[in-house]
Amino acid sequence: MGSTLQVQNLTVRYGGFTALDNISLNLEEHTTLGLVGESGSGKSTLARVIAGLIAPDEGKILLGSQELLKKRSREQHKKIQMIFQNPDASLNPKHSIRQILAEALLFHKIVPRQQVEQRCKELLARVHLEAKALDRFPHEFSGGQRQRIAIARALSVEPSLLIADEPTSALDVSVQLSVLELFKTLTTELNLTMLFISHDLGVIHAISDTVAVMRQGKLVEKSAKDQFFTRPEHDYSRELLSAVPKMPNTTTAGGYYEPRT
Amino acid sequence: MMSTHPVLEIEALSLAAKSNEALVHNVSFSLGKGETLGLVGESGSGKSLTLRAILGLLPRGVTQTGGVIKSGARSAMVFQDPRGALDPLCPVVKQLAEVVYYRQQVSRKASRMIALELLERLGLPDSLQRSDRYPSQLSGGQCQRIVIAMALACKPGILLCDEPTTALDVTVQRQIIETITSLQQELGFAMVFVTHNLAIAANLCSRLYVMKAGEIVEHGDTLDLLQHPSDPYTQMLIDSVLPLPELEGGRMNG
Repeated sequence: MGSTLQVQNLTVRYGGFTALDNISLNLEEHTTLGLVGESGSGKSTLARVIAGLIAPDEGKILLGSQELLKKRSREQHKKIQMIFQNPDASLNPKHSIRQILAEALLFHKIVPRQQVEQRCKELLARVHLEAKALDRFPHEFSGGQRQRIAIARALSVEPSLLIADEPTSALDVSVQLSVLELFKTLTTELNLTMLFISHDLGVIHAISDTVAVMRQGKLVEKSAKDQFFTRPEHDYSRELLSAVPKMPNTTTAGGYYEPRT
Repeated sequence: MMSTHPVLEIEALSLAAKSNEALVHNVSFSLGKGETLGLVGESGSGKSLTLRAILGLLPRGVTQTGGVIKSGARSAMVFQDPRGALDPLCPVVKQLAEVVYYRQQVSRKASRMIALELLERLGLPDSLQRSDRYPSQLSGGQCQRIVIAMALACKPGILLCDEPTTALDVTVQRQIIETITSLQQELGFAMVFVTHNLAIAANLCSRLYVMKAGEIVEHGDTLDLLQHPSDPYTQMLIDSVLPLPELEGGRMNG
């Protein structure tokens, strides 16, 4: 498998503070990389650099064989899409869902103008929302539905890399599960490559193929999912995994525990 | 753990908004001395409102329409967002000393001493003794410790915790929970712990109350409830706890 994205020796400084310290990372095609770490470890900064929202001080980013420079072409911007933590803040409250979805479609000329309406409906269907949602505004939806709309918008331009920055942290546990399922089906259906950021290890376990751990701007570990969750290489990963609150062991009989591997 | 004299008794509590919309309906529970009770449910299920009713801190527009709250002890609350609960323009030791000054009615000088003792007990750095700092200069975990210290400064018999770790990282979350448990053993206060994380509730609480849309749908002994949930909503909450495989070589302690 080729790699969709390569990050090489990336360094970002905010004033005197080093947010990313010489990060090198590969994202294989059609896989999901889960990025974990405490707040302030540089996860979001990395996502923003890859999406082109922050220019790195050193290092380079390769998408396929192309290098992504500080100034990106429309085409390069289109290929990387991002979903943010808080859908309340990332959707314009004064735009109807139609406007929100159509804007990117028209800007990147994904479909001819006459077909925009049709495409918007398809996008909504893809995230399990009804077509009549098009004329409504973001505040009329629940948190989970709003996040679905944000996902539809990100998918509208047919990106090759999707960055999801804590997309379920602001949601209720039951809604979180359904949004995660949606992510899973979408990535397999559309052959997406995804960078999924979360500090919730349960979420990371549910969605990733590979797990990368960051701490204080450094990448401390990158392992396959199964290996990471059973035999983490780094002490810090072990510390993170041990800190996750667990259901009491006596409940194993209830059947919501995975068998030991 | 049930004691014969509950420190807190709630009978058929109902809360409603001005528009007569019922927010919490017919909620009853009692809390024994030194006991920890968990209130779980999703956002909007009325968990926080119930806590606020106990404290007498209902938001404007919400009124108690029925029921009795009998409380035999002082209660204090730890809020979800520590930064929001602290005054950003007041240094933290000064804020804490203020609470001690009014609640324990001691002199200004003594209140500062008590405040510093509390900070030490909660494992905050000594450097605060020499130079006070603003909440923005502390980490989220440290801020939450200050908020807990402020709650303890009221010498509560009941500590109400409203999702105290939701805004924190897992490692910090574990530290805070350990701090709260050890303080509880030391000081013997009873606790109502509100959370949507069943795993945390299961580890902390002896009894659980599951809330949905303002009503208690199920309650019982923690282990019993988790093993044999009778309500589909409880089952759904249990299913939504994402499983993690067991670590080889065991989990790390401390």
